[in-house]
Amino acid sequence: MKGVIKKISGPLVLVEGLENAKMYNVVLVGKLGLMGEIVRIKENTSYVQVYESTLGLRPGEPVKDTGMPFIAELGPGLLSSIYDGVQRPLKEFTSESDFILRGMSIPSLDRKKKWNFKPLVSEGDHVAFGSVLGIVKELGLEHRIMVPRGISGKVGKIKVGSFKVTDKITTVGGSKITLMQKWPIRLPRPISEKLPPKKKLRTGLRSLDSLFTISKGGSAALSGGFGVGKTVVLQSIAKFSDFDVVIYVGCGERGNEMADLLDSFSKLKKGELPLLNRTTLIANTSNMPVTARESSIYLGATIGEYYRDMGYHVGVISDSTSRWAEALREINSRLGEMPGEQGYPANLSSRIAAFYERAGVIRTFSNATGSLTLLGAISPPGGDFSEPVTQNTLKVVRTFISLNKKLSSRRHFPAIDWTSSYSLDGIGVDFPGWAFSLLNREAEIEEVVQLIGPDALQDKEKLVLLIGKLIREGFLQQNAFSKDAFCTEEKSEKIMKAIEIFKDFSFSSLANGASFEEISSNHFFMEILRLKNRSPEEFESQYKSLEEMLL
Amino acid sequence: MIKEYQTVKEIKGPLLFVEGVSGVSYGELVRIRDETDLVGQVIEVGEGLAVVQVLGNTLGLSRRSRIRFSGEVLRLGVGSEMLGRVFNGMGVPIDGGLMPRFEEKIDVRGNALNPVSRDVPSNFVQTGISTLDVMCSLVRGQKLPIFSGSGLLHHKLAAQIARQAKVSDENFGIVFGAMGITNEESRFLINSLEGSGALERSVLFLNMSEDPTIERLITPKMALTTAEYLAYEQGMNVLVILSDMTNYCDALREVSASRGELPSKMGYPGYMYTDLASIYERAGRIKGKAGSITQLPILTMPDDDVTHPVPDLTGYITEGQVVLSRELHKKNIYPSIQPLSSLSRLMPRGIGEDKTRLNHQSISDQLYALYARAVELRNIVAIVGESVLGESDKKILEFAGNFESKFMNQGFYENRDISHSLNLALELFSIVPESELTKFEMSASKEENHGKETNEG
Repeated sequence: MKGVIKKISGPLVLVEGLENAKMYNVVLVGKLGLMGEIVRIKENTSYVQVYESTLGLRPGEPVKDTGMPFIAELGPGLLSSIYDGVQRPLKEFTSESDFILRGMSIPSLDRKKKWNFKPLVSEGDHVAFGSVLGIVKELGLEHRIMVPRGISGKVGKIKVGSFKVTDKITTVGGSKITLMQKWPIRLPRPISEKLPPKKKLRTGLRSLDSLFTISKGGSAALSGGFGVGKTVVLQSIAKFSDFDVVIYVGCGERGNEMADLLDSFSKLKKGELPLLNRTTLIANTSNMPVTARESSIYLGATIGEYYRDMGYHVGVISDSTSRWAEALREINSRLGEMPGEQGYPANLSSRIAAFYERAGVIRTFSNATGSLTLLGAISPPGGDFSEPVTQNTLKVVRTFISLNKKLSSRRHFPAIDWTSSYSLDGIGVDFPGWAFSLLNREAEIEEVVQLIGPDALQDKEKLVLLIGKLIREGFLQQNAFSKDAFCTEEKSEKIMKAIEIFKDFSFSSLANGASFEEISSNHFFMEILRLKNRSPEEFESQYKSLEEMLL
Repeated sequence: MIKEYQTVKEIKGPLLFVEGVSGVSYGELVRIRDETDLVGQVIEVGEGLAVVQVLGNTLGLSRRSRIRFSGEVLRLGVGSEMLGRVFNGMGVPIDGGLMPRFEEKIDVRGNALNPVSRDVPSNFVQTGISTLDVMCSLVRGQKLPIFSGSGLLHHKLAAQIARQAKVSDENFGIVFGAMGITNEESRFLINSLEGSGALERSVLFLNMSEDPTIERLITPKMALTTAEYLAYEQGMNVLVILSDMTNYCDALREVSASRGELPSKMGYPGYMYTDLASIYERAGRIKGKAGSITQLPILTMPDDDVTHPVPDLTGYITEGQVVLSRELHKKNIYPSIQPLSSLSRLMPRGIGEDKTRLNHQSISDQLYALYARAVELRNIVAIVGESVLGESDKKILEFAGNFESKFMNQGFYENRDISHSLNLALELFSIVPESELTKFEMSASKEENHGKETNEG
């Protein structure tokens, strides 16, 4: 179907004459064939949001309707790839230019690379959507080749050997099956059953694992103004969490950050293999087209769901969903639609809810269990949480991590505010109730100190401040660039135990007549503060001597 | 084919609505002839109607204006002869010289750098300013804005950084883009570049406060296009100073308002984040290429409010910020960098054993913690007096006083190397009791403290 350009306004192009125009169909705009999507239809005019710069386009240039919505290519080769928001492979682009030029087009999955396929079904078996036909080894992960949607029936002759993603490996009910399948990104992949999230994610961050747990299959949002360390926390989760597969979406964020991520993921190891082997990166930095930013998080969720359907635990991390919402706002405004709150589209709330609903633990069609965990950053203007993106996200996520400017300006990292964050997935075992109440008591005493000065406090109150410092600096604070970046459950429990031993010791010493100065100058106080940074051997010996001395 | 029209339908603010056009492309450069000659850009085009944004003063424009569509986008001719020259905000020489010869003509909007091609910034840039070098280190390829306020000495600081960063790098270049700054300020910058011999390695684009507002939208793009050429074609390490980004954003708001666009916060357009990103993201390094672009944008925060949209959106894009404090400035401390609100996100990559010193990070963390504690204590003292403080708290206050007067405070011509700055910090630590040094382990041997030193500069 051919149409012609009528009007160009930034990334929005009005096209006349696309007779079979359907919402969200992909169209190729102008002589360069720039990729775009139909976002509104009015009589004979289609409104197209273009994924690349529209500079130089002229009214009258042709527009071609591909007749299909925006689809992702799913198959072996996704892992360790880096894509832009419309799944163009960025590594492959570099052979042409260091800059992203327009109209560049390379298939998402490598068409030449061959993969070793091992069938798990035999000729004549009956299979349906989601059944596993066989496996391919993809960078250390068992990539399960599944029956695509709309196909079922008997397996035809099935081949063993090495194939390109487009080669026929078998037929099902007469339809050709390849290693690759396609899926429209805006449509969640169907599931057989949703299960309640039960397993906890181990992120290695004490403040999350102990205080504000995230479940596998859960959803979490991190909100905070600039400079509070959202990205550091998210990257740390991407690096150390016990996911099988991680999809990291850099949505409208910094280019240098993506380069850093790429660099450190290639160097860091997970077991024997580079971390990048379990990761797909989607990079649509802030200077790349705003429309492709909008699609990038859907692309991430779709790739995530694909691995989930194989029975894996997948995390999709989006930094930042605010940039995605701003892209919605920009397109909405160009369409001249009536805005809702702060200029955002009126359906922002349902768009956000629909996205986070893609998270969950599921039973796959081949009766395995997989999960998709969605983690998103929110960048509220001025750090003000009353804005629409934060508020609408709060309604739907299970874990809300509030990052606090006050903490970050005290260099308390991760700057996770323990008073306003919450998790519906429960608290970990290693953060006992007494520690929580002590932190609350500490905050009360701090207020008093502001009025009367620290020396006016009683020794008991000073001790609360001292133990509070231990909890904050010895336990909650964690340097993402040190060896302490990933903390095991055991280590975390022991640090807390050490703090508890010291707390009991100091309160009983005080009751027995010791002075505050004696207690605070006890060398174990400093030792516990530094415990988290000790090497495993030093840690054990310090912990032992502490137990012996103080118990 | 170039056509000329005399079919202006409406003139509104900086916008011209031209009827009856055909074959016009989006983003095309337009020449407008009336009493004066002007250029403009097509910002919207439909069949038979083009909206042209006039880059200049619309004074005297009429419906009789003759509009000529050039068929090409706004491009800048770049070449190494640009070094040492002064241009206006649109790229026309204003130093009395001829237009320099250009080696190529480049679309000023630039293309997005492929994240895969980016090299991670990891080379320490020694600015010679203690607070920056020790606590908020600048790294080559970084974009680190200066958040300032009216009346603060941001231009003095920028000039000092430009002069001192140049000293240690023979391949150093400066591109300066001025948007709506006063003649006084620009003269100061030019003079101080000239005085240090840096002018011949500089390219200046000046849009002064009396120049048309709209030109300001083009000036940073001119500056960055030049910087990209110098960095990636000529292998130079380019420092780009853009001042004042608040004026740029105000120009953006003006155009948006006259287009009747839906405003977001404080009347600024909803796409301001994207627009600012298209400027700031042009900092960086490319794998396999020698040069780099480091950006030092300057913005003045209206009413010193960091939550104002301009600093707020900037902070979300840039890799940290250097915040100038009015309070420190009033105490006569120069540079009045407030370390507690300043941050360099790329600092961990740029410092450490082979770059500055092994314990650089811990020294910085310790300075930070002590100074933050001192600021808290000062608040208490203001209410209840110093008598309520314990001995160690008093020591911390003493530390803070020395920190401000000896460490933060330095002369305009005082260039401290990083090793000197770090040692200065160690000296200050000796004021406080060791139990207060929680971020940093004062080690027994002096050599270990002072670490292995390599000075990249």
